[in-house]
Amino acid sequence: MRTWREVAAGAGEWLEDRLGLSALGRLAEKKEVPLHRHAVWYYLGGMTLFLFAIQIATGVLLLFYYRPSAGEAYESVQFLMTEVHFGWLIRSTHAWAANLMIVALFVHLFSVFLLRAYRAPRDLTWYTGMGLFALTLAFGFTGYLLPWNQLAYFATRVGTQIVGIVPWIGDALLRVARGGDDVTGATLTRFYAIHAAVLPVVVALLMGVHVYLVQKHGMSIPAGVEREGGSKRSLPFVPSFLLRDLVGWLGALAIVAALAAYFPAELGEKADPFAPAPAGIKPEWYFMFMFQTLKYLPPHILGIEGEVIGVMAFAAAGLFLFLLPVFDRRRGKGEPNPLITWIAVGIIVYMVVLTILGYTENPTG
Amino acid sequence: MEETKRTESTRRRFINWVLSTSAGCLVLSLLYPATRYLIPPAVGESTAATVTLPITPDELTPNTGEIFKFGSRPGILIRTPDGELRAFEAMCTHLDCIVQYRDDVSRIWCACHNGFYDLNGTNIQGPPPRPLEQFAVNVQEDKIVISKAT
Repeated sequence: MRTWREVAAGAGEWLEDRLGLSALGRLAEKKEVPLHRHAVWYYLGGMTLFLFAIQIATGVLLLFYYRPSAGEAYESVQFLMTEVHFGWLIRSTHAWAANLMIVALFVHLFSVFLLRAYRAPRDLTWYTGMGLFALTLAFGFTGYLLPWNQLAYFATRVGTQIVGIVPWIGDALLRVARGGDDVTGATLTRFYAIHAAVLPVVVALLMGVHVYLVQKHGMSIPAGVEREGGSKRSLPFVPSFLLRDLVGWLGALAIVAALAAYFPAELGEKADPFAPAPAGIKPEWYFMFMFQTLKYLPPHILGIEGEVIGVMAFAAAGLFLFLLPVFDRRRGKGEPNPLITWIAVGIIVYMVVLTILGYTENPTG
Repeated sequence: MEETKRTESTRRRFINWVLSTSAGCLVLSLLYPATRYLIPPAVGESTAATVTLPITPDELTPNTGEIFKFGSRPGILIRTPDGELRAFEAMCTHLDCIVQYRDDVSRIWCACHNGFYDLNGTNIQGPPPRPLEQFAVNVQEDKIVISKAT
């Protein structure tokens, strides 16, 4: 009679003969993470990945009850929140982890920006990361509509109308985005398909490339640390860094659980295409700075409609951010580039100030 | 010998051309229907040129407004403080939100980006770039009939 231990060892050997996974183990053993005063930022990418994993798990669970049609979406979410065992917990976790994921992503993005970790050969890693950032915002925008409530309805009207501003092809894009001329049930099914099928697949693929590139090139050591003689110490990825990651993830899980329990996701009123936009209407917090900017723009700037100028300016800023590795000319030599630092600080200050104004300004003023 | 090589390279070029063109055509023939599929078909636009509202003129007191259905789109009917009935398309010309009547300032207001229109539908404050389209209002006995202004 063989013991369980022997059976397990046999099964392990059988798998090893077929999969050859020990090669991966040897690879993992070699991986080292440098330690220095900026090393704390290395945890943000893994944190984003962990929160994304929560989104996949809770998102799949939500699919079991959610019904993607204008007539049933709101009611199905209401049912989920009030009748289904732990329905409120699953939806609130999905909503809170989504917000925290975007926070983690913003911090990840700006830490890479400020430490200039996008320098070659990590420029492709930056491009894939910016792609993932855009896809994550698309996740947020499409997911916001799915409960089919008033806030989401108007946020979607405004958001899709912005697509229509694009010169020449705007009208066609608007119709594709809305599934028709107006925001209707057709928009809802479209957003559902994008949110629950298209984006997960595209994000998974791009994330694979992103993580592969991080493995291939290793962690970027900030140029400042390099100038001081480089990183003196390092940490093996397995198990030391991974265990520290795990501590962060458990902390994040606890925070998400507490937020979901104490501040469950709201549902609001059902969308009504024949009701005025309610006072105090606002988008998700991460779109607030753009929303607030559009409020301040005059109707016309140099003969062009103000919102067109505003949207084009944001598009240009996004493109600049995406192409940052190209614009940073001192990247190769690792010289300090105070201009890049000031641009990053400028962007952060602009976003923070406009967001605060968005939440504090009298909405009927 | 030289001749054979040249013939071979010409053949190789030709075969490469045929293969890549076929592959290109295959990709296009797959992409075209998929792209057309994603562009929604044009559904008959609401041809409503006239609607009769389900309310009587007396139900709307001075200095108030109400949203009504004009085909598949929203319209707003207001009674000015002077008692006059006016109707406009209710979609803000800025970014498409549905407007409402603000009795505290006697103006039409869009809550989304804080845009104001006066009682003629003219954009007077905030980001809206154009006036609201005005409809013709006719009161026939107890009925309010709204039609596209000609």
